Amino acid sequence: MIFLKLFFEFFKVGLFAVGGGMATFPFLSELGPRTGWFTQNQLADMVAVSESTPGPIGVNMASYVGFTTAGVPGAAAATLGLITPSVIIILLVARMLAAFRDSKLVKDIFYGLRPASTGLIAAAGISVVLLALLDRAAYASSGRLLDLFQWKGFLLAAALLYFTRWCKPTKELHPVAFIAFAAAAGILFRFAGA
Amino acid sequence: MREYLRLFGAFARIGALTFGGGYAMLPMLQKEVVEQYGWATEEELMDYYAIGQCTPGVIAVNTATFVGRKQKGALGAVAATLGVVFPSLVIITAIAAFLANFADLPAVKNAFAGIRVCVCVLIFNAVCRLWKKSVVDRPALVICLAVLMGSLVLKFSPVVFVVLAGAAGVAVKAWEARRS
Repeated sequence: MIFLKLFFEFFKVGLFAVGGGMATFPFLSELGPRTGWFTQNQLADMVAVSESTPGPIGVNMASYVGFTTAGVPGAAAATLGLITPSVIIILLVARMLAAFRDSKLVKDIFYGLRPASTGLIAAAGISVVLLALLDRAAYASSGRLLDLFQWKGFLLAAALLYFTRWCKPTKELHPVAFIAFAAAAGILFRFAGA
Repeated sequence: MREYLRLFGAFARIGALTFGGGYAMLPMLQKEVVEQYGWATEEELMDYYAIGQCTPGVIAVNTATFVGRKQKGALGAVAATLGVVFPSLVIITAIAAFLANFADLPAVKNAFAGIRVCVCVLIFNAVCRLWKKSVVDRPALVICLAVLMGSLVLKFSPVVFVVLAGAAGVAVKAWEARRS
């Protein structure tokens, strides 16, 4: 039963992904290869679409994965799975709002969870970098190290790093602007060689 | 019934008009929830946000659940939460269906190859932002690096690392308390 499985997998993500936004990403990066529902390349595309459309990123990612796996009902099943633990937990916590907010145990647990979430996202990010910037297929067939490193991708990454981190006028722009810029560069310089 | 529809509608508007969730959603929430309907005060909203960050799940969903529950109990919570995710479902489904039909066009392939490079940079930036907030001292640094190395080498589910890290957080704090 694909819908139940989608619901259950995203229930787990909703229960364990801490810190909002990108926190769901490492879970999906593990989910794809395990279930065969989507590839890492598809996941990277989903991140881009989720960042460029309205709505919470975690919810957008769940809708996208669900739709890719099992159409519109799949999108609904995955999204409902993601939000169900939140609703249950908040309904429980709301009764003892102050006690929860001031609890030392909760603070201590989250003191450990936050750096772990950062580490998980970094690890999953490295797997995307390996896919986007290294062409292992070309290297395997030609044996030349120059074919392994996609120099166009490195140049674009350097430019984007500059525009998102150090260049004052563009730094505050919404991610969708950088995604559009990268898409234009991809088409102009034939990034996929197509 | 009307109150449920109003909760659904207000949170659907919030979901449809904010890009990015989390803190990007705060100005919209203030406008709809505090100013327009008076469902919560500014202070309550900040409380919900703070707790949304100390509970698992999507922060926007957590906030919607809080506001809905305060207004109309558990059913209100469900109405508000379904509202906040509804636009995502519609918009993403439309885009995914559209892209699936055009995925084989050369221009689309090239565009997404470029976009993937951008996704790397966006994830890198997200990690840097989270790093500043989460790696606050040396034990936190150890937890972060241990999880990073662990999940690169071992193919465990992230759930394992989350549970272990929560326990490690409690253990570190208990040890620090005993030492002082």
